[in-house]
Amino acid sequence: MKKLQILGTGCAKCQKLAAVADEAARALGLPYELTKVTDLKQIMSFKVMSTPALVVDGQVKLSGRVPTVEEAKQLLG
Amino acid sequence: MPSQTPAAPRRTLLWRITIGALLAAGWALLYQWLSFTAKWLTYDLLGMQPDGRLASAVEFFLFEAPKVLLLLVLVVFGVGVIRTFFTPERTRRLLAGRRESAGNVLAALLGVVTPFCSCSAVPLFIGFVTAGVPLGVTFSFLISAPMVNEVALVLLFGLFGWKVAMLYLGTGLAVAIVAGWTLGRLRLEKHVEPWVYETGGSDGAGGSAGGLPWNERLRAGFTAVREIVGRVWPFVLIGIAVGAGIHGYVPENFMASIMGREAWWSVPLAVLIGVPMYSNAAGIIPVVQALLGKGAALGTVLAFMMSVIGLSLPEAIILRQVLKPRLIATFFGVVASGILLVGYLFNLVF
Repeated sequence: MKKLQILGTGCAKCQKLAAVADEAARALGLPYELTKVTDLKQIMSFKVMSTPALVVDGQVKLSGRVPTVEEAKQLLG
Repeated sequence: MPSQTPAAPRRTLLWRITIGALLAAGWALLYQWLSFTAKWLTYDLLGMQPDGRLASAVEFFLFEAPKVLLLLVLVVFGVGVIRTFFTPERTRRLLAGRRESAGNVLAALLGVVTPFCSCSAVPLFIGFVTAGVPLGVTFSFLISAPMVNEVALVLLFGLFGWKVAMLYLGTGLAVAIVAGWTLGRLRLEKHVEPWVYETGGSDGAGGSAGGLPWNERLRAGFTAVREIVGRVWPFVLIGIAVGAGIHGYVPENFMASIMGREAWWSVPLAVLIGVPMYSNAAGIIPVVQALLGKGAALGTVLAFMMSVIGLSLPEAIILRQVLKPRLIATFFGVVASGILLVGYLFNLVF
């Protein structure tokens, strides 16, 4: 089970990243669980400096931009 | 996804270079022929009488609208590519431990090229402050990043010429530098919410973009064009249409008595109205166009524009999470005073 987390306070880009991550995970056929982290203190506990950020199994894979579905697949895989 | 043969990457590269060259050539050609095409469309195709008011307005619109959009595409693409070199993490490394005055200047300059979205102002603020970037230097960055940006500069250049654009760039940076420096002098560290320092800061995980390949950088440029130009084009067209209306019909000096340079109170009033308002640079351009065209003074209008896009209520609410009310009030007060000075200065000089 992959644990995907989207860090962001709810801006448009955060929604987009969530959608891209969702699509990539489904395309890979992985069992996964996607949650959005919107609380600032929690976001900061991942030590990121720009949102949105993608966290896979507790590890920050990307921050500050929205990847393509292809790139997101590689980050998840 | 197409199957990848070993020769494919090279072929794609060549293919991309060709497309890029064609795009650039097409851009240049279009730009060259703008004036001619606008005239031809207005007087030959539409058969309008030269010297007519409507014809003059139509020609203005047909020339200016594609011109500004073409410039916008080019600059937004360029800045989109440049921004892949300036991640917030890298900017922070450049600023950490920097001494104040020089740090303020560098922070204001980096604010122009570092990707910034007001929704990530807070993580960025925490990341900067906990990494040892002085508070005042952090403020210089936070002031310049939204206020001085490529969209504002292109629009000002396209509609009012390079002098106004350069003045905006120069004074915007000056406000960011001086206001940030002043805030640093005021020793306000104790008015930052204490939890900020307890987060232990951020190491900028996952944000490194140092080894990004060139095709990724170019893709970032195209993405920027799609996102930014896709969002602002209606405002640009409205702005130019307003300009065209003024150009054709000239209701001269309508605003001169209320917002002209003789009215001393017009600058503070413009700032007072502008601060609570929130808009991006593109959204405010139609208003700026209308005000200037009707005889409002340049300084007053620039002060209005800066306070609308540089300071806003939503920003204050976002920053409230990390700053105590007194610091927010001081921050807004100092920046607003800077903008006020710029407004008066311009009205005095022009």
